[in-house]
Amino acid sequence: MFLRYIVVYEVDKVLELRALTKHYPNHHALKGISFSLTQGEFFSLVGPSGCGKTTTLRLIGGFEEPTSGEITLAGRPVAGLPPYRREVSTVFQNYALFPHLTVAQNVAFGLERRNGVTRSTIRNRVEQALALVQLSGKEARKPNQISGGERQRVALARSLVVEPKVLLLDEPLSALDPKLRKQMRQELKSLQRRVGIAFLFITHDQEEALSLSDRIAVMNQGSIEQIGKPRELYQEPTSRFVAEFLGEVNWVNGAGIRPEAIRVSKENPANGARSVAGVVESSTFLGNVTHLAARLPNGANCTAQLPLNGCTFELGEPVHLWWDASDELRVSA
Amino acid sequence: MKRFLALYAGAAYLFLYAPLFVLGVFSFNASKIAAWRGFTCNWYAKVFHDPALLDGTMNSLTIALVATIVSTIIGTLAGYALWKKRLPWLTNSLYLSLLTPEIVTGISLLAFFEWAFHFLHVQLGMHTVILAHISFSLAYVVIVILARLRTLDPALEEAALDLGANEWEVFRRITVPLLLPGIIAAALLCFTVSFDDYVITSLVAGVNSETLPMIIYAMARKGVSPEVNALSVMITMGLGVFILVAGRLEQRA
Amino acid sequence: MKHLRAAFLAPGVAVMAILFFAPLLIVLAYSLLTRGAYGGVVPPWTGESYARVFDPLYGEILYRSVWIAGVSTALCLALGFPLALYIARAARHKGLLLNLVMLPFWTSFLIRTYAWMFLLRDTGLINSMLLSLHVIREPLPLLFNTGAVILGLVYGYLPFMVLPLYATLEKLDPYLLDAAADLGAAPFVTVWRVVVPLAKPGMVAGCLLVFIPCLGAYLTPDLMGGGKTVMAGNLVQNQFTTARDWPFGAAVSLVLMVLVLVVTRALMRRTEELL
Repeated sequence: MFLRYIVVYEVDKVLELRALTKHYPNHHALKGISFSLTQGEFFSLVGPSGCGKTTTLRLIGGFEEPTSGEITLAGRPVAGLPPYRREVSTVFQNYALFPHLTVAQNVAFGLERRNGVTRSTIRNRVEQALALVQLSGKEARKPNQISGGERQRVALARSLVVEPKVLLLDEPLSALDPKLRKQMRQELKSLQRRVGIAFLFITHDQEEALSLSDRIAVMNQGSIEQIGKPRELYQEPTSRFVAEFLGEVNWVNGAGIRPEAIRVSKENPANGARSVAGVVESSTFLGNVTHLAARLPNGANCTAQLPLNGCTFELGEPVHLWWDASDELRVSA
Repeated sequence: MKRFLALYAGAAYLFLYAPLFVLGVFSFNASKIAAWRGFTCNWYAKVFHDPALLDGTMNSLTIALVATIVSTIIGTLAGYALWKKRLPWLTNSLYLSLLTPEIVTGISLLAFFEWAFHFLHVQLGMHTVILAHISFSLAYVVIVILARLRTLDPALEEAALDLGANEWEVFRRITVPLLLPGIIAAALLCFTVSFDDYVITSLVAGVNSETLPMIIYAMARKGVSPEVNALSVMITMGLGVFILVAGRLEQRA
Repeated sequence: MKHLRAAFLAPGVAVMAILFFAPLLIVLAYSLLTRGAYGGVVPPWTGESYARVFDPLYGEILYRSVWIAGVSTALCLALGFPLALYIARAARHKGLLLNLVMLPFWTSFLIRTYAWMFLLRDTGLINSMLLSLHVIREPLPLLFNTGAVILGLVYGYLPFMVLPLYATLEKLDPYLLDAAADLGAAPFVTVWRVVVPLAKPGMVAGCLLVFIPCLGAYLTPDLMGGGKTVMAGNLVQNQFTTARDWPFGAAVSLVLMVLVLVVTRALMRRTEELL
């Protein structure tokens, strides 16, 4: 029983990275990272630019070889395999659609590379893939004749149609304008649920990662800081870096408090909550919420996010900021 | 794939350079035949003591220099005017002159000169060669100058006009200095094309206007001659140094 | 401004009119006149020279010119493409590698032709080496044939092919190559299905730059083709010098020019379609 559990668990890992490092002549891009993806998981790698997330993706895709460490795909090591023999597929940041081929030809490209796939099979699968991303009817267009959002979907269809074990997405939403980006985020998530393929998603946008992922790995300077579910990372970050990368944090006496956990009142609430006194320095109306910044006696700033009608304070007014002890983030460094 | 390309590129560079390299090595061969018989610099000495070769070199240099100066000036002015206002017929004519096979340019100039001499009572000679060289090198100059002008910000000229400079002053004080690398590049191209030309030159040259390429051609026809090898090495080196120096000038300008 | 521009244009226009168009007009006139007894031209006006250009004896030379130029262009493309790809994909020293290809272009064309003659002649390096090693008894006929002419043309014009090819290949988005590999295309498939189609504008431009001078070539066939009249350029020269049939030489010249223009137009159209 136990053995079977192990076997199932192992096979369930479609992608595993073990102690992966990548050194360039004067730069250590990756300093030993390990994580794994299970079947059907939406996994995000987030971090500031230059943290090594794109390098990680290129190593998995086979565009570069790691200095040390191992990558296994469905239990098999892929070391030395060129990109065209790896059962992963990449959605590139700028999509890398072939400008001389039509939408349908772009999507068919990967299937045509396979032996023994008949023409009618290719035609059917291309049709299905384009229907999946709601691009039926645009088969004959060239990449420069469709919109940015449509190009993104072609790139998705082109990669999904070859049925990769893992789909690698390199900041696929960053080339879109903000409004479209939010819409595509929804589509991406629902698409991933339908196809059931593991997605390895790279982004520097923490909101994107939090809203899409089953699990997230936060990277910093070539190492992974923390891996976990979005809520875990947001509420229980183990490092100051993770806490700050995933959202705004106020540091009061060594404890971190998110602005939305802070309440503000004129009187000191005598209910056992933690509190600190301050003076209102600014209040910014943002529509659904108001940001209130207060200066603390030690000179530090503290920001609170107040509900729509929660802010009735004047500038320069002394206030008390308070929060539940359970909302404090306890980080090691 | 990478390795295949690298190997291939190596072979391609060998193909490009091996003949010239071999030529250079055999310019030091003690024997007249194409088999190594020991090292000598005699052929180089011989080149320097051949009066026909020295005359030819002088002729080639004179022709190239005069043709380059005239074409560069005319071409720069024309290029500037074409930049201000496009004249498709003139641009197309210049391209046409570039596309015309050299032999056709040569015989048409020959026919033209012969016809004109009925009225002018002059003969083929250095002057006809120079005129011919100006004719075929003008297009090179205009094209190089136009390409360079397209990278120029028109706002600079407008600023100068705005500050009270008239058009000639703008051209003289703003455009020409900014255009100088292009002008040098055009002159360089002109000079090498002129210095190297055999086909057109041989048709319109008269007595006493034999150029270096004409001498080399005659020697090449005769057979293997280490003297030609030595001469070739010197011309190649000379042009190489010339281009290097001019390239530096172009970068500094 | 108007006066200044006119003054700037005048010398250039004069040079083109007097030293380019007037000579061409004279050639046109000559081509329609009759051959004089001692060279030169005499009346009456006739189109006979043009008829002779297409008669089988001379038509063959024209046809051979097109064929030789075509084969040389194809060879330049086949040889130049991998080289341009290598330079465009090189991690370092791209400029140097490209300049190394262009450098021979700056050295004398005549000398480059002579260098091959030095290698290929009966008494040249290759034959004398093979003879002294007793590999052969008689010198191999390496020079003075069509093959030698094609070799000379390919050697002379290869840089013209590499330069425009490099320009398009250099602009190619490297992610397209990654994407093709990622979708399962082996390197040669990627080159064939992605790189080649996208390099088409450069290929067309390169073919134009090689084919046109090859078609009107004179020096290479003259020196490396031996005594036979190999290409149209030699025919023109021959008619104006030894044969002294100026009308016929003029007619061949103009037919050659028309051919050059037709090919240029066709290839330019193709480039515009591709861009």
